[in-house]
Amino acid sequence: MSAVAAAAGATAVPVQYDEETIKKFAIATVFWGVVGFLVGVVIAWQLAFPLLNLDLEWTTFGRLRPVHTSAVIFAFGGNALFATSLYVVQRTSRAPLFGGRAMGSFLFWGYQAVIVMAAVGYVFGISQGKEYAEPEWYVDLWLTIVWVAYLVAFVGTLMRRQEPHIYVANWFYLAFIVTIAMLHIVNNLAIPVSVFGTKSYIVWAGVQDALTQWWYGHNAVGFFLTAGFLGMMYYFIPKQAERPVYSYRLSIVHFWTLIFLYIWAGPHHLHYTALPDWAQTLGMIFSVMLWMPSWGGMINGVMTLSGAWDKLRTDPVLRFLVVSVAFYGMSTFEGPLMSIKAVNALSHFTDWTIGHVHSGALGWVAFISFGAMYYLFPKLWKRERLYSLRLVTYHFWISTIGIVLYITAMWISGIMQGLMWRAFDQLGYLQYSFIETVEAMHPYYVIRAIGGVLFLLGSLIMVYNLIRTVRGDIRTEAAFARPIGALGAAE
Amino acid sequence: MAGPEVDRLTGTATTGHEWDGIRELNTPLPKWWLYVFYATILFSVVYCFFRPAWPLPWGGYTTGFGSWSSRADLNERMAALEQERAVWMDQIRDTPLDQIVNNPDLLTVATVGGRAIFGDNCAPCHGTGGVGRPGGFPVLLDDDWIWGGTLGDIHTTVTHGIRNAADPDARLSQMPAYGADGILTREQIAAVTDHLFALRGAGPENPAGKEIWAENCAACHGDLGHGNPELGAPNLVDQIWLYGGSRAEIMAQITKPRHGVMPPWAGRLTDEQIKQVTLYVHQLGGGQ
Repeated sequence: MSAVAAAAGATAVPVQYDEETIKKFAIATVFWGVVGFLVGVVIAWQLAFPLLNLDLEWTTFGRLRPVHTSAVIFAFGGNALFATSLYVVQRTSRAPLFGGRAMGSFLFWGYQAVIVMAAVGYVFGISQGKEYAEPEWYVDLWLTIVWVAYLVAFVGTLMRRQEPHIYVANWFYLAFIVTIAMLHIVNNLAIPVSVFGTKSYIVWAGVQDALTQWWYGHNAVGFFLTAGFLGMMYYFIPKQAERPVYSYRLSIVHFWTLIFLYIWAGPHHLHYTALPDWAQTLGMIFSVMLWMPSWGGMINGVMTLSGAWDKLRTDPVLRFLVVSVAFYGMSTFEGPLMSIKAVNALSHFTDWTIGHVHSGALGWVAFISFGAMYYLFPKLWKRERLYSLRLVTYHFWISTIGIVLYITAMWISGIMQGLMWRAFDQLGYLQYSFIETVEAMHPYYVIRAIGGVLFLLGSLIMVYNLIRTVRGDIRTEAAFARPIGALGAAE
Repeated sequence: MAGPEVDRLTGTATTGHEWDGIRELNTPLPKWWLYVFYATILFSVVYCFFRPAWPLPWGGYTTGFGSWSSRADLNERMAALEQERAVWMDQIRDTPLDQIVNNPDLLTVATVGGRAIFGDNCAPCHGTGGVGRPGGFPVLLDDDWIWGGTLGDIHTTVTHGIRNAADPDARLSQMPAYGADGILTREQIAAVTDHLFALRGAGPENPAGKEIWAENCAACHGDLGHGNPELGAPNLVDQIWLYGGSRAEIMAQITKPRHGVMPPWAGRLTDEQIKQVTLYVHQLGGGQ
């Protein structure tokens, strides 16, 4: 790649990119991904068959669920963001990582320490009890240090860039890093009971705590799982498709509208609660206005394939990337829909929300990360190509079927659950008791768990494929059928 | 730079920049995208005129036309419901249980409500529809009543509960721990278990066991083991068991009995609700 860099600027000397750090983050992405999916599968079966809680405090759903959510969001997603952001910022700035190898190692080991400390804490019952912000104060402090170093490394690299402009992917990555720092600090303001104890108390109370929590929680979705991964999308889709980004103007307009609108949408998690009505209204309308800014990213991702649609048939890596953007589009339509109070009255607290989150997490976040990993591994280890494109195809289809099973099961289960909760007769007596709704959901819990097993299976195929790629193996395979119309292409 | 290049496949100009081989087209914003975005903004502005929306710097917030509030809305709906129910609730309150049973309309209203109350409050232990749960949560669908199955008995049990510390009028009975407290030896417990099987017609007579039964068990469970609802002593010769009917389970219960607890529902449920749930349980299958 240094040859390309040299060609781009006639007088430039080849830049020594830090790829060792990227390699470590890429391996961690795949490792934590499998861990996170596995725990997810375990807790999905626990919901279907409570016996699997094993009657041990360490293995109950209540403790394993945060292990799952943190493993997939912060360990899998976080490492994917570290790997890709540090790779992309170096390449698109033509500058080596600010802080060099020492910075890279600190970021990597520092962030892995956060993950391990958090997960061990959960299993032993150490938790702040704030969703997606469960780690206690000592983990929060350490993460703050690591995160500031991340910001310094990223901005430092940008400032040493040899390009006149900052590439759009880096806007999104930077928005993600800055905003997560702010959200993390404000939501986790807490006073430890003692310096040697793990327990602390959050400084916020009552509905203000709830609002701070969901301002954090929703923007973790908005800036960690959306902005960060849009940064990933803006590099890997044009690279893999070998096409220019569809619209520079759209990228500017949807970036600023997304950033401005997202931060206000959190109150939609607290519809029909003690939160004042005016705050609920604002949470809803800002979410509705967020629909098109979110879709700007989808349009730019999908339309970048203009003139290269045939590659979807022959390039399963590109298929991962593009289908992820389709799931992104679906989730970011569903989100504003669910934020409308009348819809939320049905959907809130039901499995519909779980289905929504997973169409985003499995379909968007995981798929774009898989695509990025399939792109990165041969590049980082200087291999000619992936070990097997057929295996990527198997991974793609098995995982896609898994996602479809998962989200359709949760849609049905969630809407059924919501309808059963609100069913009452003319004197206002409820038609179903809570336990009846739980019984009715059982078959869908089983289907969901099967969907999860398929998704996990797909990721194991990826692990095998990537290991063989790193070892330098290449599987002899027939070429993919070329598009209809390309004569003589049939297998 | 010699002016932006034009992309060959789309005919659109690029911005002229390149990063690591990536270029960007200068495509204008899609019209439909822009208009839908404007439409969502328009919707939001209009919505703000009809709902509380913006906090004001001098305190309070914009209320919107009609001053809608979710709390007032809920209160209004609940009041309307209460009014609709009041006709029936007044009758349920003023009519004795045994007369409600003879008033089909009133009974229907009472049991439909009782079913909902049961589902939210009783089903966690007694199961949906009163099917019971293993491990000491009695079935309420049969005609086997530990504390009696008349309307009055059920009403008392629901009101005060069983063996709880919260209500001094809670039903109370305690079978002695014959084995754990050394009242009977293991052999004697085996013998009296033999006698119970004999009473059930499921085993040979055991004279020693018969004697132990008469001295220790008959006072509550009766000479023939039919039990006594006055004392909360279960019938031991039917096919219904609270803690299992195998020889081992019976001996375990004699050795160190388990005793179920039920909370009092007075105070948590209204008087009318207790009556409703009583009528519901009574008509489940075995009301006396």
